[in-house]
Amino acid sequence: MLYLADSNLESKVVAWAVHDGTGRQKTMSGDSDRPPYETGLDALLDGWRLFQFSQLVPEPVGGEFRTSYLKYEFAFEQIVDLDG
Amino acid sequence: MAERGHHLTTPEMARFVARGFLRFDALVPDELNQRFLAEVQAGPPAGNPAGTPLPDCYPKSVVREIVRLPRLEGVIESLVGPNPRFDHHGIHFNPPAAVLEEKGLRVLAQHTHQDSTIDPRLAFDIQIFYFPHEVTPEMAGTRFVPGSHLRVVSEAAVGRYQNILGQQKVTCPAGSVFVFHHGLWHGGEVNRSDRTRFMLKIRLNPSVRQCRLWNTDDLVPEMAAPQPIFDPTRLGTADPDDIQTILCTPEPWFEFDTGRLEFIARTRLWRYLLGDDSFDAHYWLTRLENEPVA
Repeated sequence: MLYLADSNLESKVVAWAVHDGTGRQKTMSGDSDRPPYETGLDALLDGWRLFQFSQLVPEPVGGEFRTSYLKYEFAFEQIVDLDG
Repeated sequence: MAERGHHLTTPEMARFVARGFLRFDALVPDELNQRFLAEVQAGPPAGNPAGTPLPDCYPKSVVREIVRLPRLEGVIESLVGPNPRFDHHGIHFNPPAAVLEEKGLRVLAQHTHQDSTIDPRLAFDIQIFYFPHEVTPEMAGTRFVPGSHLRVVSEAAVGRYQNILGQQKVTCPAGSVFVFHHGLWHGGEVNRSDRTRFMLKIRLNPSVRQCRLWNTDDLVPEMAAPQPIFDPTRLGTADPDDIQTILCTPEPWFEFDTGRLEFIARTRLWRYLLGDDSFDAHYWLTRLENEPVA
């Protein structure tokens, strides 16, 4: 999961999370201070498949200036061969 | 009441508004640190009923002496006023990961969260994080995200963000105190050292309107004067203690668009603390409030 500075995949990574379904890599909150990629595009170039990204939702009337969750979430996956 | 010289200065107060925390290294003398550690290892200090004025709390604990240290008392008064209300406290014991792993327990860092629940107030509580012994990088104290405190979120809903650019992890000498805005995102780290980590967290509520409670002797009208903005000739020339500069300095994790909303949120909080709705930082609110009628 990469969280970018704006809705463009070329923008910089500002937050991230990694979950390894093979169990080979254990990850947790706070385990890295440097993002795995500088931009979302860099993840694509490294072989990750983008399968979901957040919608652009207009700010609600009356709440235009409220900040909350990170807005630009991009979900990537890699399929690996466990027997390989 | 603390003496005026122990209160926060205006730039310190602005940094709290902008970043959501202040740190004071080795603020508590070692004699009190040792007494606190002996006390918690004999049995943690009793809590106080929620809403108790802080001066009436901890009648039998060294914590009463700690919160009455002149500098800490001045910091507390600057943020939540005299006689703030005790909300609750937590004594955090964090044993070495190796001890937990030997017992077959799964070792995981605490997910990032905002304490309590959704809290959209301008008024704020503070959380005092007191570290009675040195916290080394291996001990990895509390992880926190500077500038996250004004985001209105629901407690652990932010847990999916494993890492955020610019996050900090507390390492500090013994007796250090961090003071957090109640909204600051944080989480406990895994202790990879060979000794148990202790930390006392106390949440305090204001009992007075939070307006000009700090040492305002350095507060001058020039701080609110309009400045040239987006001016390339001024890049890198800003006074680091300039209030508008402090309020408009982004964190590394700020998104491009919502980063500007953070400047606006900080400016609105600063207006609240000043009791002056005409204050602006770098024209962000003045532009939006300009609706000529004739």
